[in-house]
Amino acid sequence: MANIMIRQKPAGGLVFYLPKRDMEADIRSIEFDTPEKWGGELKLENGGVYFVDPIPRPERLPVSVNAKRLVAAED
Amino acid sequence: MAVLTREETDALIAEVLEIYPEKAHKDRKKHLMVNDKTLESSKKCITSNRKSLPGVMTMRGCAYAGSKGVVWGPIKDMVSVSHGPIGCGQYARAGRRNYYVGTTGVDVFCEMNFTSDFQEKDVVFGGDKKLTKLLGEVEQLFPLNKGLSVQSECPIGLIGDDIEAVSKRVAEEIGKPVVPVRCEGFRGVSQSLGHHIANDSVRDWILSNRDGQPFEKTPYDVAILGDYNIGGDAWASRILLEEMGLRVVGQWSGDGTLAEMENTPNVKLNLLHCYRSMNYISRHMEEKYGIPWLEYNFFGPTKIKESLRKIASFFDDKIKEGAERVIEKYTPMMDAVIAKYKPRLQGKKVMLYVGGLRPRHVVGAYEDLGMEVVGTGYEFAHNDDYDRTIKEMGDATLIYDDVTGYEFERFVETMKPDLIGSGIKEKYVFHKLGVPFRQLHSWDYSGPYHGTDGFAIFARDMDLTLNNPCWSKLTAPWLKPQEEPMQEAA
Repeated sequence: MANIMIRQKPAGGLVFYLPKRDMEADIRSIEFDTPEKWGGELKLENGGVYFVDPIPRPERLPVSVNAKRLVAAED
Repeated sequence: MAVLTREETDALIAEVLEIYPEKAHKDRKKHLMVNDKTLESSKKCITSNRKSLPGVMTMRGCAYAGSKGVVWGPIKDMVSVSHGPIGCGQYARAGRRNYYVGTTGVDVFCEMNFTSDFQEKDVVFGGDKKLTKLLGEVEQLFPLNKGLSVQSECPIGLIGDDIEAVSKRVAEEIGKPVVPVRCEGFRGVSQSLGHHIANDSVRDWILSNRDGQPFEKTPYDVAILGDYNIGGDAWASRILLEEMGLRVVGQWSGDGTLAEMENTPNVKLNLLHCYRSMNYISRHMEEKYGIPWLEYNFFGPTKIKESLRKIASFFDDKIKEGAERVIEKYTPMMDAVIAKYKPRLQGKKVMLYVGGLRPRHVVGAYEDLGMEVVGTGYEFAHNDDYDRTIKEMGDATLIYDDVTGYEFERFVETMKPDLIGSGIKEKYVFHKLGVPFRQLHSWDYSGPYHGTDGFAIFARDMDLTLNNPCWSKLTAPWLKPQEEPMQEAA
C-alpha cells in the first residue's frame, strides 16, 4: 500500500502522484467515476495500474488516498 | 544549433565512458543522455535520483545540507540547532548567502552556528540531556527567537536519540514551536531527501499553527515558495509581484519568518520558484487548504514576461493590467541591457551543472543574451525535473545527471564551452583549465539574478567573466610558442 495523491489537471483529466518515488503520471482511466462510488483501478499513462478502494467522489481535489500497486510502471 | 550533432554527442558519451570498469560503465551510461525535444517523458532516457557510484567524484550533498542549509537555515527568526558534531554546522554556516534584514544575534539568527558539539561521551551515553540544556540556553541567551528547530546530524540517527520527546518537552516549557527534523545526512542519496524531510516537518509542526485564527485577507495574497534570497533574489522578485498589485504574504524561506510561514495557508496562490525543494509543501497546501500552486521563472526578460502573465491569469483584470504595466515599465530597461551586452556575448556557448532548478531556469536568460546552453545537468534532480528540462533545452544538447568530476572535465575538453556555470567545487578545476567560470549556486558573491533588476546584474557578471582579459594570460611564459628560433642562442 502506498500513499498517493490524485490531482485535477488544469487542462482537464486527473494526475496520479506517488510522493515516495516522485512519480507523476496522467491517469488514463478510472474504474468507477460516479458521485457515490469513485476509485477502483487506475490505469496510468506510464503503464502502471493501481487500485484504490472505492469511496464517494471527493468534493475537492487533490486528495490523498491509499493505493495498491497491481502492475508496476514500466521503467 | 548545437555544437555537436546527435551522433557526435553520442560518440562523446561513449568515449568518455570507456575508461570505467564494466559495471560502472553500465551504471553511468544511464545517467547521460542527448536531448530529444520530441520526448514526452525523460524516464526512458535518463535515470536520476540514484545512489552515486563509490569511487567517482560526485558533487552531491547530504540530507542535512538539504534541510538545514537550504530549507530551514534561511528562516531568519528561528534558531536552527545543528544537533551533532560541530563540523556540519560550522562548514555550512552562512555559506549560501541568504540575505535578510535584521540584527544578527538579536532578532535574526541565520548567520550564526548553534550546535550541540557532540563528543564521544554523548555518542556513548546519548545526547538528549545535552540537547535539553542547549535549547534552554538558546532561549535564555536569545529570547527574541520565535522558535527553534533541531536539525539532526548523522550520529543522532545512529544512536537513536529521541529528539522528538525533547522537542515536545522544551516546546511546552518555553511556549514556542520546537521542531525536530530527522534529516540525518545518511538518509537518501542526496540533499533532495533533506528538502523532502524539511517540507514534511514544516507540514507537521508549523503550517497549521494558526489555523482558525483571524487573518486580514485580500483577494491578491500570494506567497513566494522556494526562493532562498541568495544575494537578494527574493527581494528582486517581490518588487515585480508587488508592483503588479499582489500582496506577498510570505517568503519561503529566504528572508522569511516563522509568522510568514504560519500565515501562508491564507494565500490565494502559491508561487513556486524552486520546484525541487518546495513542491512537497505546495502539494500539501493544495490538498489541505485548496491553494493552487504555480511554477514560475524570473530569469531573463522572456521568462519574466511569460511568468508574470501566467501569474496574472489566476487573478482578475486589475492584476492582469498590473502585469502588463510592469512589463511595459521594465521592457526598455531590459532592452537596454540586452543592447549593451548581447554584442559582447552573442554566440557564446555555456555548460551548466547546478542543483535543483537553475540548470533549466537560467537557460532563458542566456538565450536572451544570445548565448547558447550546450550542456546541462543536475546534482540531485528527479525524473520530473528532467521532464521539464527536455522542453527547455535545444535538440541534441548533452544532459548529465549527477555528473562525476572526470566526466565533466572530459565533456568540457571536447565541447569547449566559453563559459561554465557550476559551484565552488568545480570552479578552480576549470579556472586551471583556462575556462571562464561562474558560480551559479551563490552567484559568485554577486546577485541578485532574479527579476528585472537581477537580469542587469546577471548580464554584467557574465560579460565580466567571459570577456575578462585574464583568460589570454593563462599559458606559462616558458610554455608559450617561441617567438625567436632557438638556434640563435646556441
